[in-house]
Amino acid sequence: MTVTLASSDGTALASAPDAGAALTVRGMTVSYGETPVIFSIDMDVLPGSMTAIVGPNGAGKSTLLKAVLGIVKPLSGTVRVFDRPLREALPRVAYVPQRASVDWDFPTRVIDVVMMGLGRELGLLGRVRAHHRARAMDCLERVGMTEFAARQIGQLSGGQQQRVFLARALAQGADLYLLDEPFAGVDAATEAAIIAVLKELRAAGKTVVAVHHDLSTVPDYFSDVFLINRTRIAQGPVEDVFTPEMLDRTYGGRLATAQLGGLTRDAV
Amino acid sequence: MGADFVALSIVPLVIGVLAAVACALPGNFLVLRRQALIGDAISHVVLPGIVVGFLVAGVAGTWPMLIGATAAALVAVLMIEGIQRLGRVEPGAAMGVTFTTLFAAGVLLLEQSDTSSVHLDVEHALYGNLESLIWIDATGWGSLVDLQALAGLPPELTRISVAALGVVAFVWFAWRPLAVSTFDEGFARSMGLPVRAIGIALVVVSALAAVAAFDAVGSIIVIAMFICPPAAARLVTNRLVAQVAWSVGFAVLSAVAGYVLAGYGPIWLGFGNSVSAAGMIATVSGLILAVCAIAGPARHATT
Repeated sequence: MTVTLASSDGTALASAPDAGAALTVRGMTVSYGETPVIFSIDMDVLPGSMTAIVGPNGAGKSTLLKAVLGIVKPLSGTVRVFDRPLREALPRVAYVPQRASVDWDFPTRVIDVVMMGLGRELGLLGRVRAHHRARAMDCLERVGMTEFAARQIGQLSGGQQQRVFLARALAQGADLYLLDEPFAGVDAATEAAIIAVLKELRAAGKTVVAVHHDLSTVPDYFSDVFLINRTRIAQGPVEDVFTPEMLDRTYGGRLATAQLGGLTRDAV
Repeated sequence: MGADFVALSIVPLVIGVLAAVACALPGNFLVLRRQALIGDAISHVVLPGIVVGFLVAGVAGTWPMLIGATAAALVAVLMIEGIQRLGRVEPGAAMGVTFTTLFAAGVLLLEQSDTSSVHLDVEHALYGNLESLIWIDATGWGSLVDLQALAGLPPELTRISVAALGVVAFVWFAWRPLAVSTFDEGFARSMGLPVRAIGIALVVVSALAAVAAFDAVGSIIVIAMFICPPAAARLVTNRLVAQVAWSVGFAVLSAVAGYVLAGYGPIWLGFGNSVSAAGMIATVSGLILAVCAIAGPARHATT
């Protein structure tokens, strides 16, 4: 059986074998200077899954995501996306960086940021046409930000900025979405809006991987979990892997047992 | 006004405007990337470049000096990148170390070698010689269509025109990658854009603009034009396209108003002599920035 993956305007992009992985990482090691940050990571993400990358601060969650995208150069390791080398598959990948990674005082409007997601389509000198603008507005609509289209990005709240980043990723019309802390420092309404969009994506057969730090919402939001603390601790469906024992190993005993029990009660 | 204006003023005005625009355009991106000091760095390392160009060529020609200056600018750019990466220091520190060291080396070289035949002194380096770039062959407005007279235009005009054209072409063609990688480097990389190459290309283009402008108008204008018009324009608008357009407007305004004020301002005030056009152009650009800082509609830092 094959699953047909479609871009947002309905055209079939490719069909991927059901069994093939959306993302395969092998032996990924990254170091900043002398200090290794992540060590020999293997990761397999199934198409149509929604995976949380979970681990303590400094565990290398963001670094893993950046290395997967080629934003930081790994010392070693390979990345394959939909059974292709990363370079070839980049058009099928969308990325939501950490909100704090950019200067929000940059002279640009909300709609301009979303249009950046169409960069590959527009090329160097391609004219922005009405249908491009309509697509960008549609993406803003999906995150509930249409009325802010003409706003300077610095005038938005943290949650609104995060939604703009998500809208830009939607504009990329990708099949694999990699998000770095999409829920960090956002209001409850934004969190609900973002998770709704991510679940829509999953329902449409897309694959989502997000760095996530709020353990209490993992079972509600995600189907799979990847536990990391510089090395891979475990990966699998939430109900198998998101257990007190595994979390204890991931966090090195820094979480109270009662806390762990409460968190994973629903899952186990 | 007619013949005198064509012979004495039109060339310095056009050169001033082109130099200002050639520096202000890449300056927009340098300022947004917190690399504004690059203009300062480049205009300092031009000195050792000129001296080395002279020593290698053995003659005080324009081309050896220009090539030396360009090479020095590129060496400086590579040094800044290298120091930043190997020494893990912030860009400002890397730039500061690079341009002071190279400038000092240039002074030592100048002292140790017989460069007395070269017209090179601190004053020239700072203010350039905008007022001396006169069009001797011009006899009036008709000279603008007289091929023979046009052939006598100062060569600085050709060089800054080529540089300005190059800068405009670069900003035009690289607009989207430049804008995306300046705003969000990580996202730009995730789209497969050659972010490092874009950054280096921007600095190299800035270096070429700086060297060409330095040749004609001195380093004061170079340093001022890389920073003042873009910074003032940022205070007027919240859109990148509009900011770049405003910065070009401010650069032209600075060049024209500065040139006119330098020539006539002191006389209007009752003083006998005119003042340095380069100094006045830079001062006007600073005043424009001051006005925008007080009254610019987009000056409120967003939170």
